[in-house]
Amino acid sequence: MSLAAELLISIALIVSGLFGLVGSYGLVKLKDTLQRLHAPTKATTLGVGGVLIASMIFFYMETGHISVHELLISLFLFLTAPITANFIAKAYLARNTREEDLPSSDGDFGWSVYDDPPNSDSDR
Amino acid sequence: MVRRLVPHPLLSLMLILVWLGLVNTFTLGNLILGTSFGLIIPMLTAAYWPDRPTLARPLKAVEYVLVVLWDIIVANVQVAAIILFKRETTINSQWIPIPLELTSAEAITVLAGTITMTPGTVSATLAADGRAILVHCLHTDDPNAIRDEIKTRYERRLLEIFP
Repeated sequence: MSLAAELLISIALIVSGLFGLVGSYGLVKLKDTLQRLHAPTKATTLGVGGVLIASMIFFYMETGHISVHELLISLFLFLTAPITANFIAKAYLARNTREEDLPSSDGDFGWSVYDDPPNSDSDR
Repeated sequence: MVRRLVPHPLLSLMLILVWLGLVNTFTLGNLILGTSFGLIIPMLTAAYWPDRPTLARPLKAVEYVLVVLWDIIVANVQVAAIILFKRETTINSQWIPIPLELTSAEAITVLAGTITMTPGTVSATLAADGRAILVHCLHTDDPNAIRDEIKTRYERRLLEIFP
């Protein structure tokens, strides 16, 4: 493996390690649940992304084939991470926040945690 | 008839590609197995996803993915800076309601996912009629700027992709 490739892999690993560390530090430092929710969405993007890039370069240099497993890992992360965060936020809203504390939705209906959806059969 | 057999052609194609990616080697056997998954799974789940979303501008979708990837990198650095260098007491978290022009469920899902994946903002909930989305922002002094950026940068592009 060439020196340049090793350097690239090392840089990617260090960057991802730093972002993982900062994300975890954010969990300790930030005050409430919703602020802490911002930290894992960060660790799964640049933190995991850096490891995946390093892994792709490494296996390309070792075997000469491009490995697509890393792309799939990022695809699955991008599908699952927002949904997890969304559910945590919803559970937090339902348990700890009153409707008056939130800004209004400026529409005919309030936020779905508190308000029932309009009765329509098909058009939504 | 074709519509009943292949209710979601894009989903089928995606499943075949994901299967080939999971096994990581391209052989005829894998292609056949992946194709059967790509045909069977959409048929079994068709009842839960009755409408077929239309992708009007596939090239725009590619542009959208690249824009979002770039924004994720930039925003990561910004949020890391907020965590490292701001005192807890000066972090100004706010709720931002954003009125939506998007109507298709798929487009709103993509927008909510994008908002969450670009660090600094998390989408929390929708209005009950789907006409607004509630976003939690880690730190901002200007909620209107965040709202306008999401609307012009992401929603405008999604409106072109999902008519």
